[in-house]
Amino acid sequence: MTSGPTAPDRPDRRDRPDRGTAVVLGAPEIGRALTRIAHEVLERNKGADDLVLLGIPTRGLPLAERLARRVAAVEAGVDPAALVGVLDVTMYRDDLSRHPTRPIGTTRLPASGIDGKVVVLVDDVLFSGRTIRAALDAINDLGRPRAVQLATLVDRGHRELPIRADYVGKNLPTAQAERVRVLVEEIDGEDAVHIEAGEEGPAR
Amino acid sequence: MSSGTAQRYLLTGVAPLGGEPTDLLLAGGVVAAVGADDVRAALGTGTGADGGHGLDDVVTVDGAGLVALPGLVDLHTHLREPGREDAETVGSGTRAAALGGFTAVHAMANTSPVADTAGVVEQVWRLGRDAGWVDVHPVGAVSVGLEGASLAELGAMAASAARVRVFSDDGKCVHDPVLMRRALEYVKAFDGVVAQHAQEPRLTVGAQMHEGVVSAELGLAGWPAVAEEAIIARDVLLAEHVGSRLHVCHLSTAGSVELIRWAKSRGIAVTAEVTPHHLVLTDELARDYDPIYKVNPPLRTQADVDAVRDGLADGTIDIVATDHAPHTREDKDCEWGAAAMGMTGLETALSVVQQTMVDTGRMTWADVARVMSTAPAAIGRVEDHGRPIAVGEPANLTLVDPAARTVVVPERQGTASVNSPFRGRELPGRVVATFLRGRATVLDGQAVDRAGQHAGQHAGGGVADVPGVRS
Amino acid sequence: MRHLLSTGDLDRETAVHVLDTAAGMAATQSREIKKLPTLRGRTVVNLFFEDSTRTRISFETAAKRLSADVINFSAKGSSVSKGESLKDTALTLQAMGADAVVIRHSASGAPHTLARSGWVDGAVVNAGDGTHQHPTQALLDAYTIRRHLVGAGGTADPAGRDLAGLRVAVVGDVLHSRVARSNVDLLTTLGAEVTLVAPPTLVPVGVEAWPCRVSYHLDPVLADQRPDAVMMLRVQRERMGAGAAGGGYFPTPLEYTRGYGLDARRLALLPDHAIVMHPGPMNRGLEISADAADSPRAVIVEQVANGVAVRMAVLYLLLAGEVSPAGGHERLDDRTGIA
Repeated sequence: MTSGPTAPDRPDRRDRPDRGTAVVLGAPEIGRALTRIAHEVLERNKGADDLVLLGIPTRGLPLAERLARRVAAVEAGVDPAALVGVLDVTMYRDDLSRHPTRPIGTTRLPASGIDGKVVVLVDDVLFSGRTIRAALDAINDLGRPRAVQLATLVDRGHRELPIRADYVGKNLPTAQAERVRVLVEEIDGEDAVHIEAGEEGPAR
Repeated sequence: MSSGTAQRYLLTGVAPLGGEPTDLLLAGGVVAAVGADDVRAALGTGTGADGGHGLDDVVTVDGAGLVALPGLVDLHTHLREPGREDAETVGSGTRAAALGGFTAVHAMANTSPVADTAGVVEQVWRLGRDAGWVDVHPVGAVSVGLEGASLAELGAMAASAARVRVFSDDGKCVHDPVLMRRALEYVKAFDGVVAQHAQEPRLTVGAQMHEGVVSAELGLAGWPAVAEEAIIARDVLLAEHVGSRLHVCHLSTAGSVELIRWAKSRGIAVTAEVTPHHLVLTDELARDYDPIYKVNPPLRTQADVDAVRDGLADGTIDIVATDHAPHTREDKDCEWGAAAMGMTGLETALSVVQQTMVDTGRMTWADVARVMSTAPAAIGRVEDHGRPIAVGEPANLTLVDPAARTVVVPERQGTASVNSPFRGRELPGRVVATFLRGRATVLDGQAVDRAGQHAGQHAGGGVADVPGVRS
Repeated sequence: MRHLLSTGDLDRETAVHVLDTAAGMAATQSREIKKLPTLRGRTVVNLFFEDSTRTRISFETAAKRLSADVINFSAKGSSVSKGESLKDTALTLQAMGADAVVIRHSASGAPHTLARSGWVDGAVVNAGDGTHQHPTQALLDAYTIRRHLVGAGGTADPAGRDLAGLRVAVVGDVLHSRVARSNVDLLTTLGAEVTLVAPPTLVPVGVEAWPCRVSYHLDPVLADQRPDAVMMLRVQRERMGAGAAGGGYFPTPLEYTRGYGLDARRLALLPDHAIVMHPGPMNRGLEISADAADSPRAVIVEQVANGVAVRMAVLYLLLAGEVSPAGGHERLDDRTGIA
């Protein structure tokens, strides 16, 4: 899906036509948000020692890698590749029987593991919170971190579980039926956040 | 039973053996008149033959478009009684036969107890006579208990009220060559015939289906063609040596057709039958493991189907016999390996022959009369069936509507079992009426029992609606 | 496909998807905590009409690693030995709410009968039927071959890849082998070239329609075709020599071993990278010598481990999907899209 006409910096979503697509964040905003989150992570954890960034597939992984590069840019002696892992939560989901069978993804932890580490989960959109619950279960089976934190590029609300993000790129109030779509350069060829009008069926 | 019916039937515009349409009058258990003029003379009326004769005791059947055949004779039927009355009884099986256009059937001996004594064959014969749908000619077992060890009392069965002339261990092969030789010789004394189920037992231990490409893929133990052909080859040579009649049951392979052709060219007194299902179905049907297609001998390949059709068309194969083999639901509602072998066929046989041989232009209706009535009656030495349609001949007739097409629904058939391999298939031809010695056993495609006949309320000018009867 | 009945039903894309999913499952099995919550609340019935402890344990382990409830139903000592029909057994399992029925049966086609009958709503997984098919065995064999021989000789991730160009020799009692039938179908679908090697008595009539080559001689196949994998089939003792119908399928065990056994000499004929496989249980000294079975190129023990991952993948793909209103699951082959 390509973007529509040049989006205003702060679109008034009430004005956009039904079933249309609005670009609510562009590449510069995403870049700034990630830089801010990287600084917040370092500030909160007093540096990058014992830090692990676990991206949740699909788009959480490139976001985690970008955060790692930003952290490394600030903290001397940090190898960004050694910070990042990927955590597939498919087999921990509670909604498997509500969707077509999902392909199993990869889980890969940094060589140092996660025991005693501060794990920052990185995802593109925080919605119901069920993905994060699955991720917490998955982490539980993989080891015992000292703390688990959550970073998300977009928090669109509508939580169904008592879960909140520690680091948020952008709070984006949405209607339940709307779809929030995060595009990243590494996968989609561009950086953007879209809101699409709702259709029948459960929103992501 | 022996007395002729008081009811007379006028069949107008029927085509005997598919020839020129004419009128037939059935009276006194025989064909009383043929042709409009003779019918008028016999009825003593001056009115036209196509209705309005005004005689109360004459039922007129509008036969326009119908083919009249001599009543069909099945040389190979399993009626299951005594022993497996849950699958079929003499009553239900013979009603099915009448609905299929038959007026005589040969009941195979593999019942429980086995029909290997005069007592059992007379019991079956009496049950058939009492049911009254068709004439039942019991087949006597060749060996005691079908065990292939010693001859059953063939002479006693031949001399019994059932007058057995056909002997068979069908379901099992008379595989001991000495026993087979003795049987072939012994039945000469009463002009009998041994009907062989050709299946070399050692080559078919645990066999489930035709051995070939499909069995290899499905992992089902194979029933090789050679197991049939080897026995046929042996038996025609034995028959030649001892100068006896041999009948080969349900021949199913191209090689078997070749062997029979060769034997006949040598003048050996061999006759052969093919089943309707072997004329049309192939082993490909086993692919989804539906045991409805499990049968013995097994469904073969398309090449075999083509060969048996050729053999039937050129006279190498003498007759079509149904091998009607009813089985209960539980015997088919299971995995292939556990399922019983066999399929029903009495009520679809004529349609299959029409579809495969007549509609394809390979046989005429006269040929159908030969392979389904005249020849089987001759092989079984049944004297009053398979006769010409002529004045004075027994009024054993069937009327077929070749233009009709019917979707097979086993639950609506006369047989007590539903294991028809033709379920859901549309087949051509429909038996409209069957007459056994001048009495209608089927009218308007519905079975009519003796009570129906006695009611005798069919108004002239058509056929009254007679409900099917369940015994 | 709602069921896994035959490898002949799998197209290349689906088969690769199963192998990729198995790889994902295998990755979880090296962890300390091997159990996943994926199939919590689902019930898997192991319906074994034929003894096979190995296969049953493998399916049971796979189901339990995915947190499914497992019911083992063995025909021996059960109502089946008292004459209960497959139908009534199936209806009983249906009443108990089986989401999947893993069936092993001595009758070829019994799983098809179960799947076609409507007696059970759940997915039917064929765990070996008569002399017909054993699809999960073939999948684990294909998985094992791919892991060792695809992707820079097994050093790179083979995800998404098939077995194109590989040569596999399958040696032994092809006639009675469901493993051979399943492997011929699956390995050729995945692009491998299969050669069956057996004495003529153990090759089925009709094999000419199979998409593979057949040889009666093992040595030239090993020397000339240079197979990448050699799969030895088990020889059933009851098929040998005196006492068997027709005097057996071959004269003596010794003659069989001389002609078709994989021994040290034949092992040396194989290319360096070739692997040796056996579905187990082995007859050491008959179809395979200790030299071959214990050699570094034997992957026989690994096949067992891979069996768990493959069966986890099959159960996952059949059971984890959307539950349709009719109670059935999404078709396996509809869901091959990779995110």
